[in-house]
Amino acid sequence: MVIGAIGMEIVLVGLNHRTAPVEVRERVSFTVEQSRKAAEELRSRGILAETLVLSTCNRSEIYGVPPESSHECAPGLSSFLSEFHEVRADVLNVSLYHHYDRAAVRHLFRVAAGLDSMMLGEAEILGQVREAYKFAHEYGATGPVLNRLFQGAIEVGKRVRTETELGTRPMSVASAGVKLAERIFGKMKERSALVLGAGTISEQVVNQLRDRGIARLFIMNRSRERAEELAGRVGGKVAAWGEWETALTLPDVVVTSVSAEEPVLRREILQGAMAARGNRALFLMDLGVPRNIEASAAELYNVYVYNLDDLTEIVEQNRQARESEVPRAETIVDEHVGKFLSWQASVELVGLVEALRARMREERASFIRARMDSMGHLGASERAQMESMMDELLEKLLVEPAERLRGEKELRRKIQNVEALRDLFLSNREKP
Amino acid sequence: MKDLFLLLTIAAYAASLTFYVRFLNSGKELMGRLGTVFLGLGLVAHYFALLERSRGMHTVPYHDLYGSMSLFGWLLALTYLGLELFHRQRSVGAFVLPFILVFFVAAHLAPADRLSPPPAKGVVFAFHVTLSILAYAAFALSFVFSLIFLAEERILRSRRLGGIVWRLPPLELLERMSRSSVFVGLLSIAVGTVLGFVWVDRLHGQIWYYDPKYVVTLLVLALYVAYFHLARTAAWRGARASKLCVFNFFVVVMSFTVVNLYLSQSHRYF
Repeated sequence: MVIGAIGMEIVLVGLNHRTAPVEVRERVSFTVEQSRKAAEELRSRGILAETLVLSTCNRSEIYGVPPESSHECAPGLSSFLSEFHEVRADVLNVSLYHHYDRAAVRHLFRVAAGLDSMMLGEAEILGQVREAYKFAHEYGATGPVLNRLFQGAIEVGKRVRTETELGTRPMSVASAGVKLAERIFGKMKERSALVLGAGTISEQVVNQLRDRGIARLFIMNRSRERAEELAGRVGGKVAAWGEWETALTLPDVVVTSVSAEEPVLRREILQGAMAARGNRALFLMDLGVPRNIEASAAELYNVYVYNLDDLTEIVEQNRQARESEVPRAETIVDEHVGKFLSWQASVELVGLVEALRARMREERASFIRARMDSMGHLGASERAQMESMMDELLEKLLVEPAERLRGEKELRRKIQNVEALRDLFLSNREKP
Repeated sequence: MKDLFLLLTIAAYAASLTFYVRFLNSGKELMGRLGTVFLGLGLVAHYFALLERSRGMHTVPYHDLYGSMSLFGWLLALTYLGLELFHRQRSVGAFVLPFILVFFVAAHLAPADRLSPPPAKGVVFAFHVTLSILAYAAFALSFVFSLIFLAEERILRSRRLGGIVWRLPPLELLERMSRSSVFVGLLSIAVGTVLGFVWVDRLHGQIWYYDPKYVVTLLVLALYVAYFHLARTAAWRGARASKLCVFNFFVVVMSFTVVNLYLSQSHRYF
C-alpha cells in the first residue's frame, strides 16, 4: 500500500550461506560501487523507490520499498539480480528467498543480532549492516522507511550484544586460547608471545594475537625460512629453534603447532624456563597433534597448559551457551519488530486520516449541493454558516481519533492492518 | 529526613552494583563509569548518613558495633574507589559492592539505642581508631581479591571453565590490586598503632599495661609485611601468596572476635 508519495511496504530478496553454495554467493556479491549502481538502476526502472544492498561473504540481500505492491515487484527484483550479475535465472532462483513486510523486518533484525549468521552471534555482521546503511544513506538510495528500518536493526544488534551473552564467548580454538590468556594477564597490549610452528594454525593464532594487540611476537620454526616468512608477514621476530632458555624467558603466551612425534616442550625444559622467569605465569596453547607439550608440564606451578581437546571442548561449551541465549535475543528482536510495525502503522494511519478528511469534504460539498436546492429560503450568509458548522462537526469527528492515533502506541498496535480500515471507509476506487 | 541519607546511600550503592555487574557482563565502558559515579555518590550519602547517626545518638561512629560496621563499610568503599582509580580497572567492583552494601545495611537497620556520649578522647584517639578501621577495610579488600584469585586460578588449572570464568577479572590484576590494598592497610595500621601507643602514653604516662591486642596487632602487621614481600618472590607469587593473604585475614577476624570480646580490655569494636 502507498500513502501519499511514500511507499510503506518492504520487500527483501536475497541469498545466504544456508540457501546458496559459495560458488553462487561469490557471483552475486556486491562491491560498494555495484550497490550504488544497482540502487540507481532499480529506481530508474521503477522497481524500487528505496534500496539498500547488504553484501557480506555469507549473504547478498536487497532491501527495498517499492512504489507499488511489493508482492508484484519481487519477481522483478529476482530477474534484476540475475541480469545484474549475469547469473542464469534458474540457477539463482533456487537459492533466493523473498520476504515481505513483517517477515522482512524480522529477517533484518535477526541478521543484525547475529542470529542468522553462520557463526551464531558473531560481531562483524553488525558493523557490516551499519556500513551498508551508511553507504546507501550517503548516496541517497534510502528513504524514510529504510532509514527507520536500518536504525532499528542497528539498535537491535547493539541491544542483543549488550543484554545477552550471544556474542561474548569465543567460538574458535584460536580466539578461545587468546581470550583464556587474557583471563590470566589482562589485555595483550603489554604482553609478548612465542609461536612454535609457521603453519596455517599458527598463523590463525598469530592473527588473533595481533587483533588483541599483542606487543611482541616471536616466531620459532624448524625451517627458519618459513619462520622468517611468517614473521615478515605479521610483523614479528624470529627466534632460533631449540634455544629454549632464551626463548621462553620473556613471553607470557606460548603457542605450539608443530608436527613432531614426541613432545617438543618437555617438562624439564619448562621447569628450567619457569625458574629463569622467577615463576611468572606462563600460558601455553598446545595445538599440535600429537601434543607438543608433555602432559605432566601442566602440574608445574603457575603454568597453564591447554591442548587442542581442551580448547575444542571450551568452544563447544561456548556454542551451547550462545544457543541458550537465542530465546532472549529473539525476544529483543520481536520487541523491535513490534516497535517498527507500530511506527509504520502510525505513518499509514496518519495518511488514512488525511484521505478520510478529503473524502468527507467532498461528500459534504455534494451533500450540501443536493440539500440546499430544497432550502431556497436560506440566505447566502445562513448557507455559509451551515457549511461551516458541518465542517466543524466533521473535523471534530476526525481530529479526535487522529490525535489518539498519534498519542497511543497500544491503539496503533491494535490497528496494524490499516488496509482493513481503508476498505471499510474508502472504496477501492478512492484509495490514494 | 532521618532516613533520607540512609535511602540515598542504599539506592546509590545498589545502582553502582547494578552498573558494575552490567559492566562485567557487557564490557561497556559507560556501564563501568556509571558504577564508579554511583559509588562516589554512595560514599557522599553514606558520609552524611554516618553524620546524621552520630548527631542523633550523640556519639562517634565507632562507639558502638553498628556504627563501627558502617564506618568500616564507608572506608571499604573509599579504599576500593581509590584502588579502582589507581589501577584503572573496574571489573572487581561487582564483587566488592555486595560487601559494602551488607555492612551498610546491617549497621543502619540495626536498632538504634540512644547511647551515652563517649568521653572526649581527643584527635589522636580518633585517628588511631579511624586508621585502624581503614587498615582492616583494606585487608578485607585484599581478602576478597585473593579469594577471587584462588577460585579463578583453580578453574583455569582444572580446565573445566563453565560460564563464570569469562566474567572474572584477570589473575595478574587481582594480584596487583590485592598487593596495593595490603600496602594501604600496612601504612594505615602502622600509623594507627603508633598513634594508639602515643595516646596510651599520654593517658597513663609511663605506666604501660599489657593488652593482648598489642601482640595480635603486631602479628597481623608481621603477617601482612611477609605477604607484601613474598607475593613478588619466585616461590610464592600466585596462588601461594593469595592463600597466605586469606590466612592473614582469618587472623584479623580472630583479632576482632576472640581478642576484642574476651581478651582485650581497651579494644571493644576495633
